[in-house]
Amino acid sequence: MNGKLKWLASWFEKHQPKGRWSWLGSTYEAFHTFAFTPNRVTSRGSHVRDAVDLKRAMITVVIALMPAMIFGMWNIGYQHYLATPEPLTSNPSPFTCFWFGFLRMLPMLAVSYIVGLGIEFTFAQIRHHQVNEGFLVTGFLIPMIMPVTTPLWQLALATAFAVIIGKEVFGGTGMNFLNPALVARAFLFFSYPTRMSGDNVWIAADLWGTDAIAGATPLAELAAGMQPSASVLDMLIGTIPGSTCETSVIAILLGAIILLVTGIASWRIMLSVILGGGLMGLLFNTIGANTYMQLPFYYHYLMGGFMFGAVFMATDPVTAAQTNIGKWIYGFLIGAFAVMLRVLNPAYPEGMMLSILLMNCFAPLIDHCVVARNIKRRQKRALIKSKVTAR
Amino acid sequence: MNVKKLLIEPLRKTNPVTVLVLGICSCLAVTAKLKPALVMGVSVTVVTALSNFIISLLRKGIPNRIRIIVQLLVVSTLVILVDQFLKAFAYDVSKQLSVYVGLIITNCIIMGRLEAFALSHGPGESFLDGLGNGLGYSLILIIVAFFRELLGSGTLLGYQIIPQSWYEAGYQNNGLMILPPMALIVIGIVMWINNSKTESK
Repeated sequence: MNGKLKWLASWFEKHQPKGRWSWLGSTYEAFHTFAFTPNRVTSRGSHVRDAVDLKRAMITVVIALMPAMIFGMWNIGYQHYLATPEPLTSNPSPFTCFWFGFLRMLPMLAVSYIVGLGIEFTFAQIRHHQVNEGFLVTGFLIPMIMPVTTPLWQLALATAFAVIIGKEVFGGTGMNFLNPALVARAFLFFSYPTRMSGDNVWIAADLWGTDAIAGATPLAELAAGMQPSASVLDMLIGTIPGSTCETSVIAILLGAIILLVTGIASWRIMLSVILGGGLMGLLFNTIGANTYMQLPFYYHYLMGGFMFGAVFMATDPVTAAQTNIGKWIYGFLIGAFAVMLRVLNPAYPEGMMLSILLMNCFAPLIDHCVVARNIKRRQKRALIKSKVTAR
Repeated sequence: MNVKKLLIEPLRKTNPVTVLVLGICSCLAVTAKLKPALVMGVSVTVVTALSNFIISLLRKGIPNRIRIIVQLLVVSTLVILVDQFLKAFAYDVSKQLSVYVGLIITNCIIMGRLEAFALSHGPGESFLDGLGNGLGYSLILIIVAFFRELLGSGTLLGYQIIPQSWYEAGYQNNGLMILPPMALIVIGIVMWINNSKTESK
C-alpha cells in the first residue's frame, strides 16, 4: 500500500472488529471490500476467474437502467407541469422538469436502498455470510416500476416484504425463484389497489405529497373500452403517464443495447418475449371481437411495462430459465400471457408483472423438461450405438 | 401422568400446525377474522379432546382392522353435535364458518392424535393430549387471525382498533392480508420464528 489512500487502509486496519464487536464482521467486510480489492489469494489449485464478477454485472445493469431513470425523472416533471395550469410554469424548461422529477425520485430511491440494504446487512450478520451485491439492482428497480405518488411507507413495506419473503427466506441472492422487484410491486398491487392502478396515481400533484392529478394511462383507457389518446410517437418517446421510469421505449432500448453488447442479459429471452407478445397480438387481431382485440399488435410493445419487463425483468439471470431452449419457451410465454391478460381481463390493465411472476414459478419446470428430454434423446442415441457395436 | 407435559408441549415444541404441519387447510380458510378463528379453535379443541377420550375408552374393544371406521364414526358424531350447537347458539359465526365446521372430520390433527396417542394410552391422558393439541392448533389460528384482521381490516373481533386519525393521515388497510396467500405467508413466518427458537435450544 503506497498510494494516497494509505490513511484509509490503516483506518480499516485499526478498526477491524474484534472481541466484543466481532459479530459485526460481515458488515466490516462489506465496507472494506467496497473500498479495497481483497488482498487474500487462494493458496492451492487452479481457479479460472472471469473479469465480470457479481459486482461488475450488477453495476452494468444499473448503468443500463440509467437512460430510463433519467428520462423517467424528466417525464415526472413534464407530466406534472402539463397537468397543472400554473401561469408561471406553463412552459417549463427541460431542466425544471428534470429537477422536479429528481426531487420526487430521490426519497423513493433512498427509502428503497435504506430498507433493503438494512435488511440484507442484518441477515448477513445473523447468518455469518458476507454481504453481497444482490440488492444493488433490485433497490434501483423498485422505485422505477411504482407510480410516482406511492407513499414512502408503503414503498418501505413493499421493499421489506420483497427482500425478506421474496429472497432471504429462500437463502438470499441467487436462491430466490421470484424477481424481488416484481414481488415488491405485486405486494403493493394486491395490498393497496387504489394506490397502484386507476386514473388517480400517475401524475404528482405537488412536490412532496401523495396527491395525484387525474390522468389515465393508455392501458387504462383501453381497458375502459376507449381508444388510447396518446399517439404512437408519444408512446415511443414516453411522454405519457405511467409508472415512474417505464414509459419510454427508446430509453429502455438504449439500456437493452448496453445489456446485449456486454452479454449480461440473454437476447433469447428478450427476443422471445417480443415474439410471444406480437404473435398473441396478431391472434387477437384475427379474432377481432372488440376494439381492444382490433388494436394493432405493435401497440402492446409501446404501452405500459411491456418493454421494461422484457428487457430488465424477464432477463433476470436468477429467476429466468437457464437452458437455451428453456429461455425461448419461458420468454415466449411471458409475452403471450402478458398480452392475453391485458386484452381479456379488464380487472388487470397491465399483465406484464403477473405474467413474469407466473413464468418465474414455471422456469425450473421448463428447465427440468428440457434437460430430461435431452437426456432421453442422447440415451436413445447411445443405445443404438451400443447395439451397432455389439453386432 | 404428566399433566404439564401433555398440555404444554403441543403449544410450542410439538405444535400440530407449525411443527407437525397438520390442519393447514382450515388455518387458511377461517383466519381472515378473529371471531370465526376463535370459534373454530374451540370447536376443534372440543372434538379432539372428546374423541381422544372416547376412543381411548373403547381402544381395547375395537378390532384393529376396522379401527379407522370406528374412529370416523366417533369423530363425525362429535362434529355433528358441535355443528348443531353452533347453529343453535351462534348462528352468525356458524354461517361464516359454513362448511369448515363439517370439515373438522377430515382435520388431520384429530385422526393423527387418535392413531398416535389415544389407541395406546389411558382415557385421562388421552383427554389431556387432545386438549393440548387442540389448544396448540387454536393458538396458531388466533395468532394468524389476530394479525390478518388487525392489518387487513383495522379491527379486532369487529371493534375498530386503528384510530380514524391514522386513516386521515394516509394509512390504508392491507388488502393482501384478507386474501388467502397471506395466510400461508403468516403461518410460514410463525413457523420460522417458532422453529428458530426451539431448534437452538
